[in-house]
Amino acid sequence: MISTLGFGTIAVALALSVYGAVAAVVGVRTRRPELVQSASVAAYVNFALLAIANLAMVYALVVHDFSVSYVAQVGSRATPLFITIISLWSALEGSILFWGLVLAAYTASAVYLHRNHPGPLVPYATATMLVVGAFFYMLLIGPANPFEPVWPVPADGPGPNPLLQNHILMAVHPPLLYLGYVGMTVPFAFAIGALLSGELDATWIRMTRRWTVTAWIFLSLAIVAGMWWSYEVLGWAGYWAWDPVENASFMPWLTATAFLHSVMVQERREMLRVWNLSLIVSTFLLTILGTFLTRSGIVQSVHAFTQGTIGYYFIGFIAVGLVFSLILLTGRGTELRSAGNLDSPLSRETVFLFNNLILTAFTFTVLLGTLYPILAEALRGVKVSVGAPFYNKMTLPLCMALLFLLGVGPALPWRRAEPDVLRRKFVIPGIALLVVAGASLALGLRQPYGILAFGFAAFTLCATLGEFAEGARARMRAHGESPLVALGRLIGANRRRYGGYIAHLGVISMAVGIAASSTFQKVRDVTLKPGESVRAGAYDVRFDQLWAQNEPHRFVVGADLTVLAEGKEIGRLAPRLNFYGDRDEPITTPAVRTRPHADLYINLMAFERDGSSATFQVIIEPMVVWIWIGGGIIGLGGFIAVLPGRRRRREAAVVTDPVAAGKGGDV
Amino acid sequence: MNLRSVLIAVLVTLPLVAVFLRGMRSDPRFVPPAIPGQPAPDFALVRMPMAADEEPSDTIRLADYRGKVVVLNFWASWCVPCRVEHPELVAVAREYRDRDVVFLGILYKDQPGNARAWLNEMGGEVYPTLLDPGSRTAIDYGLTGVPETVIVDPSGTVAFKRIGIVNREMLVREIEPLLAEVVRP
Repeated sequence: MISTLGFGTIAVALALSVYGAVAAVVGVRTRRPELVQSASVAAYVNFALLAIANLAMVYALVVHDFSVSYVAQVGSRATPLFITIISLWSALEGSILFWGLVLAAYTASAVYLHRNHPGPLVPYATATMLVVGAFFYMLLIGPANPFEPVWPVPADGPGPNPLLQNHILMAVHPPLLYLGYVGMTVPFAFAIGALLSGELDATWIRMTRRWTVTAWIFLSLAIVAGMWWSYEVLGWAGYWAWDPVENASFMPWLTATAFLHSVMVQERREMLRVWNLSLIVSTFLLTILGTFLTRSGIVQSVHAFTQGTIGYYFIGFIAVGLVFSLILLTGRGTELRSAGNLDSPLSRETVFLFNNLILTAFTFTVLLGTLYPILAEALRGVKVSVGAPFYNKMTLPLCMALLFLLGVGPALPWRRAEPDVLRRKFVIPGIALLVVAGASLALGLRQPYGILAFGFAAFTLCATLGEFAEGARARMRAHGESPLVALGRLIGANRRRYGGYIAHLGVISMAVGIAASSTFQKVRDVTLKPGESVRAGAYDVRFDQLWAQNEPHRFVVGADLTVLAEGKEIGRLAPRLNFYGDRDEPITTPAVRTRPHADLYINLMAFERDGSSATFQVIIEPMVVWIWIGGGIIGLGGFIAVLPGRRRRREAAVVTDPVAAGKGGDV
Repeated sequence: MNLRSVLIAVLVTLPLVAVFLRGMRSDPRFVPPAIPGQPAPDFALVRMPMAADEEPSDTIRLADYRGKVVVLNFWASWCVPCRVEHPELVAVAREYRDRDVVFLGILYKDQPGNARAWLNEMGGEVYPTLLDPGSRTAIDYGLTGVPETVIVDPSGTVAFKRIGIVNREMLVREIEPLLAEVVRP
């Protein structure tokens, strides 16, 4: 029943997507608005169909309908309800199904919100989004069909991957990632629309700015949530391993970040047209490449799902997308030539150019490292793997340069900076840089990148706060406002600009967290008998007792620990090992005591069955919480930047978006 | 659309596609076979009782079957492809019942209760299934998933390893030449 319903809705969605894409293009070419209109309707109906298909799958999971192949694969009667529901995205087929829903939602809302824009741009963009949709629906009725009927019906299933059952962030990270990944389809579709329709000015950029920033926020939050999950669950007290699939989510983030900055140059100065189109096309293709890497089994990774024919579909789609985009980009030639020119090397444009160069170099580095094992095997037939040392060596200098530019860019004016501006803006940040770098050195820090990271973070922090202070002071003088009111109104009146600066503060927070936790981490393994203690930083950790308990879907062994500071009890921790069914390896649940200055992170490594002793790994990880806080600040900054202004709501029916249309104060 | 841009597009895309296609043909988890041609790792595993209240008793060792062809099939009740190959294994096991071929199932990450119900549903136990607590034997054999089938020759060397479903034709093709090596006392 559910198999038929699910498969049927997807098949109809596929047919509608193909129809809609053809109708939109034919409608535009032959000037028949009713055909274009029917394509929009196809987009709306697809959203409803995908919603039905996803609900049907959730229903099948909840009622344990093992006649549906996906349920037989990831379901289990012993799994708690909440985890059963989120196992919708715990394996290949379900995640593509969910992907289809997110894509259909984006497509329908983009088509709806831009329905009144005249000209061929929106129909072409609609067709592009429907073609992308058709590809994913094709996967769902072909190699990744989650609704395959199973006969005979199994009595029970193995349950989802235990790693996915272990932490609430698993409910958050995948949907955020899909919202980010899939969201990049909208600006990509409008870029293709711009290329096909010849509307090559900044119109498509203004129309899609909020879509791009929204997708970028989701992608940023997804990456940070993934880091946090890895830190809280995997027991290695790390958060980034340059795993191919981490890279897969990071590369489109890098190009999207470059895009968010470089579009400002086009809006302001009519420069970088081809560059912007290329960046967003690359971002989209990198999301597809990332999905290919994760879903095809071509690389080995903790995220890699099962292998099958699905990889070939992705290769085909990447090939078609790349050929099509390249033909469009190279074919427009002279029309895309820039209208503006650089005036001075000391200007905000220049900093944006450097920012883009660095982010692009960064993307290429990560891409090379990720694809190198595939290349090496294809060309030389050898197995190689590219590890963290390569990435750290190659990307740390780029990170440092980016951190520095983060402080320079906002302080420089457009077109040309006068020497006295430079002096006024950079004296305090410069002093902060020297003081912090000197202090790090004096306190015994010897890694050059550590010293640079703290120094540049101080520099950039001062420069960014300086921008807020200067703006607020101007308002206080002009309107006689109190400092806080002035600051609030300053941000409210220039959301895009100051939202961006707030996101910069988040990046600084992350940089400090990463630098501190990777430079000053202390790890110690210790075996304790009940009652014994171990010294960890400023704390003593006492092992009280070992316990075990049966839960419906797992067996848990835990250790009760008491944390003491100067002999006084200040908290309790309980690291655990979880045994799922007959799976071999226990899944660890580290106990983490998070404090602003440092985390105390304890793993239960091993234990005697009689409880007479247990082995712990005790880790002191300084300032790691600032990474997660920084992620939150980045999201907040992005959110402020996309908030519609008061005026916009009244003028919602107006064709172009007036706020995004580059009003005076905006960056 | 002009010829130049088509040419650029194709020249950029083709090598990438070629590399990916090549990459798809090789398995990233494939490590050159440590197993075929190597001595089969020995094991001592208890036989899964077919009644719920029965205590597991017999311990079965691989070494006990030196001089015979041993077919080891790793399976689980939650494994959908296992359902497809099971009748084929049973058919070949019946066919070779009176010759020097031993079939052993090894249960992989599964509850004995579920496995028993599965076997009963598939027509009852034809050859013994062994319990592999902690999947130690599966690890010894470099198992990547279920089903996987390993054939051990009379000298105790791994002659064949198959990741995925086996069928009758495949099994017979491997077993027949090995039977020729069996030395009758």
